[in-house]
Amino acid sequence: MPLTITSGPPATRILGVGHYRPANVVTNLDLIARGVDTDDEWIKSRVGIAERRFADPDETVVDMAEAAASKAMAASGVATGDVDLVLVATCTMVTSVPAAAPQLATRLGIDSPGAFDVNSGCSGFVYALNAASAAVQTGQARNALVVASERFSGWLNFDDRSTCIILGDGAGAAVVGPSETAGFGPVVWGSDGAQFDAVAIDERTHTFRQEGQAVYRWATSQMAPIAIEACRRAGVAPEELAAFIPHQANLRIIDAIAKRLGATNAIVARDIVTSGNTSAATIPLALSRMVERGEIPSGAPVLLLGFGSGLAYAGQVVLSP
Amino acid sequence: MASADEIRAGLASILEEVADVKAEDVADDKSFTDDLDVDSLSMVEVAMAAEDKFGVKIPDDELPKLKTVGDAVAYIQSNA
Repeated sequence: MPLTITSGPPATRILGVGHYRPANVVTNLDLIARGVDTDDEWIKSRVGIAERRFADPDETVVDMAEAAASKAMAASGVATGDVDLVLVATCTMVTSVPAAAPQLATRLGIDSPGAFDVNSGCSGFVYALNAASAAVQTGQARNALVVASERFSGWLNFDDRSTCIILGDGAGAAVVGPSETAGFGPVVWGSDGAQFDAVAIDERTHTFRQEGQAVYRWATSQMAPIAIEACRRAGVAPEELAAFIPHQANLRIIDAIAKRLGATNAIVARDIVTSGNTSAATIPLALSRMVERGEIPSGAPVLLLGFGSGLAYAGQVVLSP
Repeated sequence: MASADEIRAGLASILEEVADVKAEDVADDKSFTDDLDVDSLSMVEVAMAAEDKFGVKIPDDELPKLKTVGDAVAYIQSNA
């Protein structure tokens, strides 16, 4: 016999966003003072980072997630009792189990939601966002909370100046709920597992490493077509975008993709300058800061493009909350 | 098949576009990193542009071996 399925609202959209950045600002000069053999001007001109934030020693992935999620919940106007699903995109929990999501939900007072973590490295937020939207769209959650929180300061090799200067800590969050009209375009996602070893936490040293040239080649050559396809599928021309928020890995990658995308009227996220690369958190962090600064009006089309470890990617046009 | 002079001139225009290197500075004995200030990521851009221009594959693991303009000219000539 056929099973019963649920039916959901006409569509879904992002109802509110929030972010959290740890108080501890770490400049390039702070890294040099710490013994990293590098150069402030070089990092600024070649990578684009002026400073990043590091969590306090006792500040966890869940702590940062809670701070960002509380703001997103408040901005959305959704009551905790109306949230049925909590997702956390992260790859920097201190152990692989338990997941962050159930603990986060309990701290926020969300009673027994479905809760799990998504680990797709730097693209994790867009994957989690799309899973949340699908759950609401199919009537399996009334509202969903999606958080990305990363604490990379605990996974750095300070002897590797090519990576320890890039990464930072932070969190961003979004609440997804029902809508009369579509606030999510179709996701364009995919992966290239042949390059599984290009971005990794090293299994021996438990520190981050990456093959910079391979990732740079992949990102600058393969990601612009994904961005363009995400716009095409959503029925939005690149020049109609109000903002383009690619993963904040390197300013040169951001500029290269933005140039090929041709989003001539969009604000291009350059949050890397003051936040560094916070992996899965870069996109919601940049989106939330743009909304907070009043740079993108409510309902404006914004292209999100996550890419990184896996190698995996996901691009999606969403409407600003 | 392009001559060494044609490849060098093609590389010079790529280097100007990618890394603001002046054409007159491009000579076989010049080191990409030490003389022309082309960093490892710019080398990837140079390689990708050279692949398009000369119809050659330049994998990332070849890049560290291409220390000078002359190395790149020779590689492209023998692999195009």
